[in-house]
Amino acid sequence: MSILMISGVTSTSCIGRGLEQTLSALHGRQGGLTPCVFRDMVIDTWVGEVAGVDDEKIDADLRDFNCRNNRLAQLALSQDGFADAVEAAVGRWGRRRVGVFLGTSTAGMLRTEWAFRHRDAVSGQLPAEFVYAGTHSPYSLTEFVRRKLGLEGPAVAVSSACSSSAKVFASAQRMVDCGLIDAAVVGGVDSLCATTLYGFESLGLLAKEPCRPFSGDRAGISIGEAAAYMLVERMAGPQDREAVWLLGVGESSDAYHMSSPHPQGLGARLAMERALASAGLGPEHIDYINLHGTGTVANDAAEAIAIANVFGIATPCSSTKGATGHTLGAAGALEAAICVLAIQNDFMPSSPYTGLRDHAMEINYISQNQGGTISTVLSNSFGFGGSNCSLVFGRPI
Amino acid sequence: MHPAYVEGIGVLGPGIQSWQEAAYILKGERTYVPGNTVLSPPESLPPAERRRASRGVMAALQVGYEACAMAGVLPAEPASVFASSGSDGDICNAICSAIAAGDHLISPTQFHNSVHNAISGYWGIATGAMAPSSVVSAHDGSFAAGLLEAVSLLVTLRTPVLLVASDQDYPFPLYATRPVPDIFAVALILTVAPQPGKSLAQIRIASDQPFTEMPGQTMSEVPLADLSGAIPAARCLPLLQSIARRDTGNVVLEYLDSQYLVLEVAPC
Repeated sequence: MSILMISGVTSTSCIGRGLEQTLSALHGRQGGLTPCVFRDMVIDTWVGEVAGVDDEKIDADLRDFNCRNNRLAQLALSQDGFADAVEAAVGRWGRRRVGVFLGTSTAGMLRTEWAFRHRDAVSGQLPAEFVYAGTHSPYSLTEFVRRKLGLEGPAVAVSSACSSSAKVFASAQRMVDCGLIDAAVVGGVDSLCATTLYGFESLGLLAKEPCRPFSGDRAGISIGEAAAYMLVERMAGPQDREAVWLLGVGESSDAYHMSSPHPQGLGARLAMERALASAGLGPEHIDYINLHGTGTVANDAAEAIAIANVFGIATPCSSTKGATGHTLGAAGALEAAICVLAIQNDFMPSSPYTGLRDHAMEINYISQNQGGTISTVLSNSFGFGGSNCSLVFGRPI
Repeated sequence: MHPAYVEGIGVLGPGIQSWQEAAYILKGERTYVPGNTVLSPPESLPPAERRRASRGVMAALQVGYEACAMAGVLPAEPASVFASSGSDGDICNAICSAIAAGDHLISPTQFHNSVHNAISGYWGIATGAMAPSSVVSAHDGSFAAGLLEAVSLLVTLRTPVLLVASDQDYPFPLYATRPVPDIFAVALILTVAPQPGKSLAQIRIASDQPFTEMPGQTMSEVPLADLSGAIPAARCLPLLQSIARRDTGNVVLEYLDSQYLVLEVAPC
């Protein structure tokens, strides 16, 4: 598969609006998790809430799309000159040759929950202001961003739970390879809602404190919300030596269980091996791994086994979910953005809350930020239904 | 673009039990009588999954198995693409109703079945498939989006690809905002090379103009046109009709807002 140049990146999560704040928080090991006081939720957990989302004003012609998820999508689009970078790509390739591939797990579910609380007392109907296509449909996010950016290329929503916004890179890369597009906006947006908070609580997977991925006393996930985008393009003209590239993608299915990972991390291992093969790289070429690292007992144990099987125990790795929380359908893109920051700034971020080391897991989990030359990184995203995706970013070797 | 060859088809919908039945109807050799979608869950689904899977999942698995059997492909082999306009309507309704009533104890099984990739997950569990599996949505254009994803996966991986597009009805009150009346599911097995005597049709994404602002012709039989318009996954019917009739020519499928996907279809 062809490699794609990353010509625009931005991320907004509880650790920052845009890359500068995000990088500063990672450098300072500042987490964004706080005790959950989101709306009227009654739940003993910590969340990564993005401040100021509801201050975003949606344009009148896009009012059907007005929901927290799309407000977060819009807030993030206005950071880091991302929209300008997209417009420049439109200038290079044409509006119809730039695709939009976005991941989300719940889209505007919070709006649907609101609608169910405001049913007509007599007829039982949902309020007339509730627009299925604009907020409930998984595609609502993609269509909203497509219209905001004025793009006319192919577009799709990928909703494969927590691997959603990693898998969008694969879809975009394939469509470039097929010659249907020359560039793509890829990314993911997920926002807090009762369905995911109470849902993960029902599975017994929510930590009562900030999550501590890969620690010996880890006790579950902290849910966060985020929006992250990248602009990826086929190579045009001479190679920019500073640019970071999407070098490879690997996908697999666990074929094991709907909400538990394969205990030996078999699907995770396949995804990483396929990503390396697609990049034409060996495990020794990877300088840093950004783990899926959710903080549940089973997920981290399975991922550690998979990492050890593919990379051995020397490659430095960490999960940044201790800082951002698990941003579900946005996690793949958020952590992809963090990987680009790691390469551009030659540093490997650790989580703020690492806790005690789990000695059962023999991998090089870094408990402090580390420097060094970071040229090539791998990022893992795994989801419910056993949906696995690994991405390789770096500079062509 | 490289063509895709259709080796197997599965169909299930209101008044349609199989591809064989659909082919008779689409060729005009049998009158289409609308009815309710009747599931016959595949025998190979493990008992635990049979208990846990919703009817939308069952329908998708059923057509997936039908297409694999017709193509003579082991279900564990192909890479897969699952396209749906939405996720499970019954579960969404149950969870949102409970939350609105102040009941925060969501069923764990319902929660993990609520994800849009539940069908992909159950397909993997039932068949043992560990191949890449895409899960896509593009509202009413989800079938076309799934086909684009499947063709690009096929061209890249050069192994057989299973495309399953399926949608199910929403209960009230969501039904009033998204009036999908029943379940429709379709599956295609696509391969990179034709197999003599086995391949049904060749599909190619139109190379000169893959997308158009001009909608295709609606299906001439009113009940079939109604079905195609009522359930997003049934937007595939113009393509299935072209395959069944062994037509050569372009088929235009609903895709995005004012944008349609153009396919060049020919019999094998």
